[in-house]
Amino acid sequence: MSFLSRVAEGLGPSKPQQPVEAFTRNDAGATSYPGLPGEIRSVVLTVCPFFISKLKYPPLEKTTNFIAGYCPAYMEERQVSSSFVKGMKCRLCGKLYPVTPVNFCQDDFGPLEIDYDYEGLKGVLTKEKLEARTFNMWRYQELLPIDGEPTVGLHVGGTPLIRADRLAKEIGVKNLWIKNDAVNFPTLSFKDRVVAVALSKAHEFGLKTVGCASTGNLANSVAANAAAAGMQSYIFIPSDLERAKVMGTSVYGANVIKVRGTYDEVNRLCTQVAFKYGWGFVNINLRPFYAEGSKSMGFEIAEQLGWRTPQHVVSPMAGGALVGKVSKAFQELYKIDLLKQEPSTKFYGAQATGCNPISGAVKNGWESHRPVRKPNTICKSLAIGDPADGYFAAKLIRESGGWAEDVTDDEIREGMLLLAKTEGVFAETAGGVTVATARKLVEQGRIPKNEEIVLLITGNGLKTQDSLATQLGEPVTIGTSLDEFVATMENTQEPVLA
Amino acid sequence: MAVKIQIPTPLRPHAGNLASVEVIAITVGEALGELCKLHPAMEQRLFDNGQLRRFVNIFINDEDMRYLENLATPVKDGDEVAIIPAVAGG
Repeated sequence: MSFLSRVAEGLGPSKPQQPVEAFTRNDAGATSYPGLPGEIRSVVLTVCPFFISKLKYPPLEKTTNFIAGYCPAYMEERQVSSSFVKGMKCRLCGKLYPVTPVNFCQDDFGPLEIDYDYEGLKGVLTKEKLEARTFNMWRYQELLPIDGEPTVGLHVGGTPLIRADRLAKEIGVKNLWIKNDAVNFPTLSFKDRVVAVALSKAHEFGLKTVGCASTGNLANSVAANAAAAGMQSYIFIPSDLERAKVMGTSVYGANVIKVRGTYDEVNRLCTQVAFKYGWGFVNINLRPFYAEGSKSMGFEIAEQLGWRTPQHVVSPMAGGALVGKVSKAFQELYKIDLLKQEPSTKFYGAQATGCNPISGAVKNGWESHRPVRKPNTICKSLAIGDPADGYFAAKLIRESGGWAEDVTDDEIREGMLLLAKTEGVFAETAGGVTVATARKLVEQGRIPKNEEIVLLITGNGLKTQDSLATQLGEPVTIGTSLDEFVATMENTQEPVLA
Repeated sequence: MAVKIQIPTPLRPHAGNLASVEVIAITVGEALGELCKLHPAMEQRLFDNGQLRRFVNIFINDEDMRYLENLATPVKDGDEVAIIPAVAGG
């Protein structure tokens, strides 16, 4: 028989602190509380009172082998959730799991998702409390799946929501905003949000080595944030990634492995590596936590709009998780009474025509995506042919009343230039996809011209400069005399600003 | 044909704690069927009403079977079949 003690610890200034009764659990599983495996004898559990009331999650020992096999380092020492996280739930069958570094249901392989105690959060997480905090993603900490204070990526998020009137005029709409994660810290993409959560959780799980399969932005973010946290990282990328994204990973001292294959092949390899080595792969065994970080983009949009949600959101899609998590963020704010009106946002997915599994599914009325074997697009950050959340993204888009489209490489470049020249935002190719898709959807009449639209810009153009090499040409070069400049001006219809 | 099926670590408790199981089959579908006969607990995890579950991917020598002939893909002696959860990446 193993006995476990439970200690009520400080849950941070914004979380309830109530005494809890000590309890014991025997090996026969007398309670269904998510406990610890019998062979672990001395562990401190940090538990919030709301969590105690949720006794339907299965005991951890039932899944011990499952977890130990996947992530042995986790089994050595760790805490059980003390946040408003109730546990994890299979998105297909609803089976409940304790909080562990596992990403799929052992019954049906369905994805696991974090389940929160929304009733417990009502009145606890207030607008006043939120607005008094620093404007970054952690101001919504109670709705993110970490137990204590974040330890990685403390300055991530809090990016601008830009009123985009000049771009709006160009694409023929009246009320347009840009959520600009191209300036996210530290690696200039929305991936810093997901990595901040995943690595903070990896730290809580006691994982020392982390990794990812990446199309570039995630590689940058895992490498940088792991370096700052003193973690070792293994980054797997397709061998044809943009040079800037490779350098922007190697510079942090990460172990970078270029794989001769598509992203999907890299991803499959990483799943096998995760099984073999038990590292914390942010988008594999840490994926349920990782994906939750994307919600912060949605939380910020709603708050920046004055605690309301837009009528339309256009999101780039690679793995397909972002669009669903922004939707989940809106719904969560409503559930805990931070929004007065139930969100009715329509979501639109944007992909490149050279890799359009999700937009293809939406446009053709398929229940789920059909994988694209060999993606062929300049937008490498969206070049995922077999997106993990493809089914859910297509379902959400349809059910919200939105739509999906894809755009050619030329349209992507035009979108990048249009955004840069109208709003001064240099987005990467995925941003070009989003802008060009939004324009196409407006032209098709899918998005009404007079309603409020938010475009999600997820990465910085400095990482994908090669994509515009043929568009921009070389600046005029002159000597140092005024005469040369005047001559240049007279020969140029528009002033040349290099 | 003798085919080795690699079992993902988390599911090994349902396959006698084995890392791989060798079966005789001429297609991928047959190979998985043999696996389920040997370890019946795998059946409900891999299949739903006879259909491979949505979030299960099967690879033959690192090639996704969807790009071949799905469960009808022929296998030969020494082939390795990997069962890989689809919920990863992005």
